[in-house]
Amino acid sequence: MTTYLIKGARPLGGDPADILVKDGRIAAIGDSLDATGAEVVEAAGLIALPGLVDLHTHLREPGREDAETVETGSRAAALGGFTAVHAMANTDPVADTAGVVEQVWRLGQEAGLVDVVPVGAVTVGLKGERLAELGAMADSAARVRVFSDDGHCVADPALMRRALEYVKAFDGVVAQHAEEPRLTVGAQMHEGDRSAKLGLTGWPAAAEEAIIARDVLLAEHVGARLHVCHVSTAGSVDILRWAKSRGVQVTAEVTPHHLLLTDACAESYDPVFKVNPPLRTDADVEALRAGLADGTIDAVGTDHAPHAVEDKESEWAQARPGMLGLEQALSVVIETMVEPGRLDWAGVADRMSVRPAAIGRLDGHGRPLAPGEPANLLLLDPTARAAVDPAALASRSRNSPYAGRELPGRVVATFLRGVPTVLDGKAQK
Amino acid sequence: MASSTQPARNGAPSSGDPSPGPLLSAADVARMVDRMAHQLIERAAAADTGTPDDGTAGLSGLVLVGIPTRGAPLARRLAARIEAFSGVAVDVATVDITLYRDDLRRRGVRALEPTVLPDGGIDDRLVVLVDDVLYSGRSVRAALDALRDLGRPRSVQLAVLVDRGHRELPIRADLVGKNLPTSRSQKVSVRLEETDGVDEVTVTEVDQ
Amino acid sequence: MKRHLLEAADLDRDDATLVLDTAAQIDQALAGREVKKLPTLRGRTVVNLFYEDSTRTRISFELAAKRLSADVINFSAKGSSVSKGESLKDTALTLEAMGADAVVVRHWASGAPHRLAHWVRGSVVNAGDGTHEHPTQALLDAYTIRQRLGRLEGVRVAVVGDVLHSRVARSNVGLLHTLGAEVTLVAPPTLLPVGVGSWPAEVSYDLDAVLPKVDVVMMLRVQAERMNASFFPSAREYSRRYGLDARRMGALHDDAIVMHPGPMNRGMEIAAEVADSARSTIVEQVANGVSTRMAVLYLLLGGSPQ
Repeated sequence: MTTYLIKGARPLGGDPADILVKDGRIAAIGDSLDATGAEVVEAAGLIALPGLVDLHTHLREPGREDAETVETGSRAAALGGFTAVHAMANTDPVADTAGVVEQVWRLGQEAGLVDVVPVGAVTVGLKGERLAELGAMADSAARVRVFSDDGHCVADPALMRRALEYVKAFDGVVAQHAEEPRLTVGAQMHEGDRSAKLGLTGWPAAAEEAIIARDVLLAEHVGARLHVCHVSTAGSVDILRWAKSRGVQVTAEVTPHHLLLTDACAESYDPVFKVNPPLRTDADVEALRAGLADGTIDAVGTDHAPHAVEDKESEWAQARPGMLGLEQALSVVIETMVEPGRLDWAGVADRMSVRPAAIGRLDGHGRPLAPGEPANLLLLDPTARAAVDPAALASRSRNSPYAGRELPGRVVATFLRGVPTVLDGKAQK
Repeated sequence: MASSTQPARNGAPSSGDPSPGPLLSAADVARMVDRMAHQLIERAAAADTGTPDDGTAGLSGLVLVGIPTRGAPLARRLAARIEAFSGVAVDVATVDITLYRDDLRRRGVRALEPTVLPDGGIDDRLVVLVDDVLYSGRSVRAALDALRDLGRPRSVQLAVLVDRGHRELPIRADLVGKNLPTSRSQKVSVRLEETDGVDEVTVTEVDQ
Repeated sequence: MKRHLLEAADLDRDDATLVLDTAAQIDQALAGREVKKLPTLRGRTVVNLFYEDSTRTRISFELAAKRLSADVINFSAKGSSVSKGESLKDTALTLEAMGADAVVVRHWASGAPHRLAHWVRGSVVNAGDGTHEHPTQALLDAYTIRQRLGRLEGVRVAVVGDVLHSRVARSNVGLLHTLGAEVTLVAPPTLLPVGVGSWPAEVSYDLDAVLPKVDVVMMLRVQAERMNASFFPSAREYSRRYGLDARRMGALHDDAIVMHPGPMNRGMEIAAEVADSARSTIVEQVANGVSTRMAVLYLLLGGSPQ
């Protein structure tokens, strides 16, 4: 195994130091380390962060390999600085059995670019009718700890209560897609001034907030862990803040796109901006940034959702919701949180690595940059700025909402357990 | 042709003069309109039965059809002068030709002007199209196309205040106020009190 | 004028007035003529691309294009490549290859004409998209109001009914505001969009209070199926509270007119004796639709001013 000497990087944006990576671990951090035989990675001016962890990735395999595969999604993740991603369960077939989650887990191992951690479906076929075999998935080789029907809400309150209770047996967590389905029939975009003007059916903020309010009460009642996916409204942030102040075991994530974009994007009717939950208002964006800054929102989850061209080059109502996120997540966080001074680099590491790893109960990820720890880390050039070119993305799909937009930050290198998956900004396999 | 045929040599400044006044003044325009009115009375009589007496017999069959913009007030003026000379009120109409033009792609859209016909229409009438300047002939062709959709006149004649030459179609005026030999690089502008606040005709060089 | 007519906001006051004036001149030029045809758009191709059945609108556009001597191709979603799964973009590229100078599109999806405008070189005319807009309907309505009342500035218009789902309402609010009219929306709160407060219009839930104050009442079609989604309790209750019957018509002042974009639900939003009364402009609206659409096609296709 090659030994690497990373010279002059700034761990968490602090003073420059050398980092010696040996046998998959960080062997030493210090000034002017000397390691004969080590391959030198010049990192002057680069910031070192722990490898990012995504709680919310759609890899589309099995079922829609034309949109993404475990391998192409893993490559996109590595290029984005990730060392672990949670693969959502809404594949075809649905990841609701030990067999499917083990298949996805194995494909991730074979790709070898990031740790692909399967998410198990809460209910059979995501139908919201009866629990999937959650214990079997937890006990499988994939060691599933996060369960979600993402794309669908576990709307039945009794079923949600049972799911929250049941996964306590193996320290699991239910990640809820908070959307009251009766309030969002045919919904196309955030319900407000712009939906009224554009004639697109509205997705009211209350449909998200009502479910979050219900679920934090249920989680409190049964003493279970709850994770809320892609929080998108100011009201949701308020409810989460209240729940946390009561000691409810609730965590939450926000997507990069909800931190940056608003429902004004819908005015083009370009479905690249169609996503679920929808892009909201300026006031919501501000509340989400504040919530991420003060820790009410624990993590950034990309909700990376690749879609084939034909599913996006269509009428708005016909298009599938979702947008790419893995390769630009860190850049968007820099733009919306770091550059305005709302989060320092330690804060970025916390929200994009430490806390998501803890929520997913991942060993070896989200660890400090310290001797003896697994060498899962990334090197970032914070001064680089470039316009996003969808054609240059590693994802198999092209539905990036950031096309043409200039964003800061470039991931120069990513190491997974001491092996570079990205060097000089290029994927190593 | 029954109208004056010589280039302007009435002491007006040449078109190249750095400070050209009007080539034709209000008085010139008035004289030309009067002369054309007299000629129209004669033509109407001749077209009627071929036995002209006092020159009024055929006037009731005459319709002066102005082509907007400036042909329309010109037609009204001619009618007023005819009535002054003969005591007969002749019908005046306007036919907007915009929707019949063949150069829309090149010249772009413009606001339409009214099309107003006499109550009895133009069937079996002597229609005299009236316009300010005759140039390529394309406006007249468009007007003839429009007339064909509007009815079936007994005959159609053409009266213009100024003929500046450079025809692109086999079209010729029956009545001309003034022939003005010009080059294609020149612009002939007829201005009328009703549309422009002044009666005059100018010729200017157009910068290429 | 912009190259496309996708929504009322594409027309500023000058443009909108130009369309109405042009329609008036066309009406006048064609009045009483045997040959109701003009050579203006000879050699141009207008495609009627209809993803939704609307015989009235399609015929109106077809007649408008034919009276201007354009070649007209009707392309309906049923029985065509569209029903075989061809995407909007592929259809657009096909029309582009055929050299369509204008595409008149009716679509069930809001915003579809906007997408189409990205993919074709010709002009796109929105003939109604989902619950978004129907700008030529608003133009013909404005034309009809001006014809009847002689003006638009300061005219008070009540738009009554299912505003939430109505593209006619959206276009009319925008265009009438542009032209200086004052619009009041009248509907049960369930049939007004959240966000209606940002529109340039007043809002009322009380039809009886509004009627004596307006010059125009524009009734919108209300589909009885809406009651299944609890927008209102029953057709009868809707009709009692928001339907225009003879008694309510009596509250209007003498010169006020009653409009309806059609097709009407007689007995639901409008009583038969109202629809057939002298105040009703419903038949004129149909006739004015043709001349207004001729004006739009002429102004979009006649050639761009240099």
